[in-house]
Amino acid sequence: MPSSPAIETRGLRVVRGGAEVLHELDLDVPVGEITGLLGPSGCGKSTLMRAIVGVQIVQGGSVTVLGEAAGSAGLRARVGYVTQAPSVYLDLSVEENLRYFATIVRAAPARVEEVMRAVDIRQLAGRPVGALSGGQVARVSLATALLNEPPLLVLDEPTVGLDPVLRRDLWRTFRALADGGTTLLVSSHVMDEADRCDRILLMRDGSILATGTPADLRADTGADDLDGAFLALVERAEAGG
Amino acid sequence: MRPDATLATAGRVLRQLRRDPRTVALLLVVPCLLEILLKYVLDGQPGTFDRIGGPLLGLFPFITMFLVTSITMLRERTTGTLERLMAMPIAKMDLLLGYGLAFGVMAALQAALTTTVAFGLLDLSATGSEADVVVFAIANALLGMSLGLFVSAFANTEFQAVQFLPAMVFPQLLLCGLLVPRDQMADVLDAASSVLPLTYAYEGLQRVTTGPGFDSTAWRDLAIVLAVTVLALALGATTLRRRTG
Repeated sequence: MPSSPAIETRGLRVVRGGAEVLHELDLDVPVGEITGLLGPSGCGKSTLMRAIVGVQIVQGGSVTVLGEAAGSAGLRARVGYVTQAPSVYLDLSVEENLRYFATIVRAAPARVEEVMRAVDIRQLAGRPVGALSGGQVARVSLATALLNEPPLLVLDEPTVGLDPVLRRDLWRTFRALADGGTTLLVSSHVMDEADRCDRILLMRDGSILATGTPADLRADTGADDLDGAFLALVERAEAGG
Repeated sequence: MRPDATLATAGRVLRQLRRDPRTVALLLVVPCLLEILLKYVLDGQPGTFDRIGGPLLGLFPFITMFLVTSITMLRERTTGTLERLMAMPIAKMDLLLGYGLAFGVMAALQAALTTTVAFGLLDLSATGSEADVVVFAIANALLGMSLGLFVSAFANTEFQAVQFLPAMVFPQLLLCGLLVPRDQMADVLDAASSVLPLTYAYEGLQRVTTGPGFDSTAWRDLAIVLAVTVLALALGATTLRRRTG
């Protein structure tokens, strides 16, 4: 491994609502790449992301992020986190939201303008967030996470419900960020987004099923697409007990 | 602790309130209308309006701020903005003090308006000055706010949050001495009232309106109200969890 990973979990165990949802998870996310966290709805992707940003109570194991224990105070300015919930103030305008969060994360005031342009919401600046569509709200939330240019972005299903043009544009934004040195961990339950990632973590029922580049996974399973690869891996895992 | 984060939070909360002019109108107008109603309900009982009209002025902000704060903080929890803030470099106290500042400003406005109406329009007479009443009104608003912040942690829905008003506020109103002087209550109720913060809020208000004025007892009462506010804020801070299950 060329450098220490951006994210490293060892034996990570999380119990939610009385059931274990992450089972002894070991994984590494390399620096400066887009890592796709893929798997069906309910497989534990969001819980894993919550553990990584340090808002999840964990029952065991370790999570190290950018060299520090997940959730430590020093990381709060270095990790951008976007949840599936809107997580912005619906009664304020787009710009008012961004100005408030910019002060909290100590971003330069000029960043507000820059992040609005980066996710193409400049024309919505004065609109109350509550009057926007779901996809537009998701981009406001993403813009908030970009304000202080964190070296690690953890994005939980950022493209869900977006039209294909917007999805393509967002993935271009992610690529530009990765080219600039940002590490991205992006979850999705849509397998066809996997090809836009440098590396994939395939997840099922709270365990990592496979990791590798999209090409590796296809070659390894002999499948044409990642849906097929996922199925092949599930069958292999079940056959192997 | 960061003053810039506190001020930004206060500004943000006030901006949210401004986006909701109906709530602001209700906050400002309803206490005035209630005071007017009280004046005419008590028309046939000379002296009664002077006795309870003044203290009520200072208790309105407690009730309204309790309600507004518990709902606002509940929304902050349910929409995910609280989780986002807790993952950012902001201290819990910055957030809570920002709320305190914003609602303190609203309370000052509310109290200034209601006292102007009561003293100017309704001929309320008091031994102390209008400013004394406003001081207690602001302190009570902060008390209501801090208790509202604290209880919002125990509500999952806005229905539950609203029900905390009768549960937490009405018993204090009944026991504080407003309806029946405390020394005429059963001993056990008198004892219970002595550990409730609104008792001291009322006692202080009563001293500056119909009593001897802003004397040492009133100062002590004000200090108790502020101390309980700080205590509730500290308890409220413990309910803001950076990590949840």
